[in-house]
Amino acid sequence: MMPKKSNEPFFWSLFSAGGVLTAFLVPVQLFLFGLAFPLGWLDAPGYEKLLVLLKHPLTRVYLFLLCFLGLFHWAHRFRFTLYDGLQIKHLNEVIFTFCYGGAVAGTVWAGYLLWNIH
Amino acid sequence: MRSAGGYTEYHPRWYRKRVSTYWWLHSWAYFRFILRELSSVSVAYFVVLTLFQIRALTRGPQAYAEFESPLIIVLSVISFLFVVFHAITWFNLTPSAVAIRIGGKRLPDILIAAPNYAAWVVISATVAWFVLGG
Repeated sequence: MMPKKSNEPFFWSLFSAGGVLTAFLVPVQLFLFGLAFPLGWLDAPGYEKLLVLLKHPLTRVYLFLLCFLGLFHWAHRFRFTLYDGLQIKHLNEVIFTFCYGGAVAGTVWAGYLLWNIH
Repeated sequence: MRSAGGYTEYHPRWYRKRVSTYWWLHSWAYFRFILRELSSVSVAYFVVLTLFQIRALTRGPQAYAEFESPLIIVLSVISFLFVVFHAITWFNLTPSAVAIRIGGKRLPDILIAAPNYAAWVVISATVAWFVLGG
C-alpha cells in the first residue's frame, strides 16, 4: 500500500522560508514605516523619493517575495495555533481555507499592486 | 482498518484525558509558546499595512499623506514587539538544528546563534540605508 501523499512538507517549507525572511526584514521595515516615520522620530523620505524606490524592479520583486512568503508563514503558523491552542480540530477545513485562502488572496493582491506601478 | 505490521483490530479503546481549552494559560512556557505562534499575526499585519501603503503611494502624494491613523500606530507598536520576539526566537532555534563540534566539544549555543544576530544588524542597516536615501 502506498502511503498517502501529504502537502505538509510543501506548506512547511513556505512557512520556514517565510520565517527566515520575515525575521531578518520585518522588524526594521515595521520600525521605519509603522513607528519612526508616523511618530516623527526620523525624517520620512519624500513622496517622490519613495516612489522612485518603489518603481525599481528589484524593490518590487523584493516586496513581492516578502509579502508572499510572509503570508504563507502566517497561514501555516496561525493554522496550527488554532488547531492546538483552541483545539478546534473539527473546524479543520474552515481554518485551512481561511488561512491559505487568505494567503493566496494577499499574494495575488501584492502581485497586482506591484505589477501595475507606472 | 487494517494497517501494516499484522496488528489485530482488537486493541483496547484509547484512553485520552481531555485537555482544557486553556491549557496554554497553565504555565509561562506554554503561554510563551502561544505568544510566539501568534507573532505570525503581526507578520500578516505588516504585509497588509505594507500593501495599503504601496496602494496609497501609487494613488498620489495626497493619498499617501492622508494614509495615517492612531490605530495604525497602536497596531504597529504591538506588532513591532511581536515581530522582534519572532526574530529572536527564530534565530535562537539554529543551535537546535545545527551542532558544530570543535575538537570533540560542542560549540556553545550562543556562538551558533551569534551569526544570525550579526546578519540581522547588517541587513537592518542595509534596508534602512536604502529607505532613508542612500
